[in-house]
Amino acid sequence: MINPDSVGRTFKGVDQVTVTQSDIDAFASVIGETNTTVAPPTFSIRISLSQYESILTQPEIGVNWSRLVHGDQKFEIFRPVIAGDVFTCSATIESLRVAAGNEIISVRSDLHNGAELVVSAWSTLVVRG
Amino acid sequence: MVDFGGARMIQIGTVLPEKIFYLDRTLLKAYADASGDQNPIHQNEEFALSVGLPNVIAHGMLTMALAGKYVTDWAGGSAHVLEFSARFIKPVIVPADVKTDLTVSGTITEVDGNRIKLELSATSAGIKVLGMAKAVVTK
Repeated sequence: MINPDSVGRTFKGVDQVTVTQSDIDAFASVIGETNTTVAPPTFSIRISLSQYESILTQPEIGVNWSRLVHGDQKFEIFRPVIAGDVFTCSATIESLRVAAGNEIISVRSDLHNGAELVVSAWSTLVVRG
Repeated sequence: MVDFGGARMIQIGTVLPEKIFYLDRTLLKAYADASGDQNPIHQNEEFALSVGLPNVIAHGMLTMALAGKYVTDWAGGSAHVLEFSARFIKPVIVPADVKTDLTVSGTITEVDGNRIKLELSATSAGIKVLGMAKAVVTK
């Protein structure tokens, strides 16, 4: 079970993540995008999901990552992600509910490059019971 | 590239041409490597079956990334997307040695200055896989 005390709290990201051109090129290549001067709109999920995993699986929160399914996803992109961005990624647990034995977590991640907010991303994650 | 033709009508209700993407196991492995999501349900059939899935399934975020390509082709590139959201309602099932379709189309639903809202349809094998899929772009 997820610790209900974690709802409403913001957890700082564990790592600083530097975006490289080769990261962008690899992601773009999968979807057939040839212009890689900026990252595709969903690129930042690779940062958010890895930070969610580090943050949400901490014992004080207690998400069982192996039973996780992605329910929905939203991005608000304030400017495109580019190579050289160095992101910190926080996770805010906005809500938690239980339905049909599954735990449904809404979590927001804010990707900051220094003081600049570049992407806010909302994910609904379902931990199957 | 999706060819949207020369005259780009930006009018509410305009339905944009459909585009078909094809997914196979090789693409899923490439996405796993590019995204860092190495969950075996997207690569290993035996594992996928063992957790009750019908077969290997695509990453929801790969489906969304391809729908995003549809959007950025229309909007004029990756820099044009301001908001993008979708619900993963059904998995895209990717059996071995075949290509599975992801068929995407869009409709212009709002125009507010240079902000244009699109509602997207995404199906695979005739089944709707993304729900409430929307993007706000500038063009």
